[in-house]
Amino acid sequence: MSTATGTPSGGERATGTARVKRGLAEMLRGGVIMDVVTPEQARVAEEAGAVAVMALERVPADIRRDGGVARMSDPALVAAIQEAVTIPVMAKARIGHFAEAQVLQALKVDYVDESEVLTPADEEHHIDKWAFQVPFVCGATNLGEALRRISEGAAMIRSKGEAGTGNVVEAVRHLRSILGDIRKLTVADPAERYAWAKRLQAPIELVEEVATRGELPVPLFCAGGLATPADAALVLQLGAQAVFVGSGIFKSADPARRARAIVEATAHFADAELVAKVSYNLGEPMVGAEIGTLEVKLAERGW
Amino acid sequence: MSGAPRVGVLALQGDVREHAAVLDGLGAEVVPVRRPDQLAAVDALVLPGGESTTLTLLLASSGLAGPLAERLAGGMPALGTCAGMILLGGEVVDGRPGQRGLGAIDVAVRRNAFGRQIASFEADLQVTGVDGPMHAVFIRAPVVEKAGDLVEVLATVRLGDEDRPVVCRQGNVVVASFHPELSGDGRLHALALAPLLG
Repeated sequence: MSTATGTPSGGERATGTARVKRGLAEMLRGGVIMDVVTPEQARVAEEAGAVAVMALERVPADIRRDGGVARMSDPALVAAIQEAVTIPVMAKARIGHFAEAQVLQALKVDYVDESEVLTPADEEHHIDKWAFQVPFVCGATNLGEALRRISEGAAMIRSKGEAGTGNVVEAVRHLRSILGDIRKLTVADPAERYAWAKRLQAPIELVEEVATRGELPVPLFCAGGLATPADAALVLQLGAQAVFVGSGIFKSADPARRARAIVEATAHFADAELVAKVSYNLGEPMVGAEIGTLEVKLAERGW
Repeated sequence: MSGAPRVGVLALQGDVREHAAVLDGLGAEVVPVRRPDQLAAVDALVLPGGESTTLTLLLASSGLAGPLAERLAGGMPALGTCAGMILLGGEVVDGRPGQRGLGAIDVAVRRNAFGRQIASFEADLQVTGVDGPMHAVFIRAPVVEKAGDLVEVLATVRLGDEDRPVVCRQGNVVVASFHPELSGDGRLHALALAPLLG
């Protein structure tokens, strides 16, 4: 090999910048992030083509069933999952629980999900995410919520959907709300943008940025209730840039096969023939739930 | 044939859009590539950042892996950034069991060489063949562990107590550990496409 001379080995290095935090989210686009509760499941997810895994003690469907307070996972579990796979590992902290987030940062997880799936620790404040080196993803049900989370430092937004239900209806509602309002905002005149900022309860600077760019300043992914390859194709066609699949994979009859099929459907979301082909004989999906029958709506957590 | 080269961006997963924007800025006709017939219609290919294990699976299942290896062996210009570097290289260190690149450039690549996301960084970098510094964004970045005799090293960064190659070229293939597309810098794209741009 011939080495060029006079190439210094890089200048000052800046870590934890907005660009570096958002950059990892950009790399996950077009991919599937899968909830896993054991190192073995994490390996299945990686082999199936997951771009990242979310390390959890219980998937949302079980959190829903068991009730009680849902907290950050045991560090031993997070570490075992990090050891098991080479892809990024994310983990959840409770809304407002910055000490849990500090622990997850100390564990060097690749992304922290400040998540409504866990029991909130603060009913008024979300975590000040600018204070961290590790990037955060937060859920949102509408554009105002998304922009508030971004103003607090979130480097990725996921539509919340209704986790643990296997029912995609809420994810669709939230995506349509966020993307529909963005479309309207792009045609608002300057005076109307101030009214939008007031209505959305979001900083005017971010409202201006969205109006100009026609999209959020950070990647927008979709989560909450996805269970099939067609669910993934649906939300990607609606405008989500990647998907989180929680209970939908490991609560189904054949997780490895279903996981692989959802990965293919996400990559080729506009190719209906391919989505059809990978959807054959996947076995039983997770049992779904009607939103009207739920005792707890997780999406209502967060402010 | 019209004047603008048709440049594909492998569009199975990753930061496809940023590459498309940079290529558009260079005056190329940009074609997303997900299928072999789309690959057959391009003059060059960019392999984006993303997750290399996912992309390796999708390259195989889409039927692109074989035709792509053939096009590369035939001298098609190509640029790979981050995961794209892993896909274009040969041996993969710290990869999934059995993970291997297409062998278009004779380098062994170590995945996540700097560690987890918290160690990801941005810095200015001098690259041979590029005027002035490039602002380089490294995201869970790989580095070149070993490079063959035909490989030109165009830039290095310090890792531990060694300088590791992060931009390399062999023939018409250029690879980078970092993401010039994230800072909107088209100079490595131009370097890779030079055989087409004339």
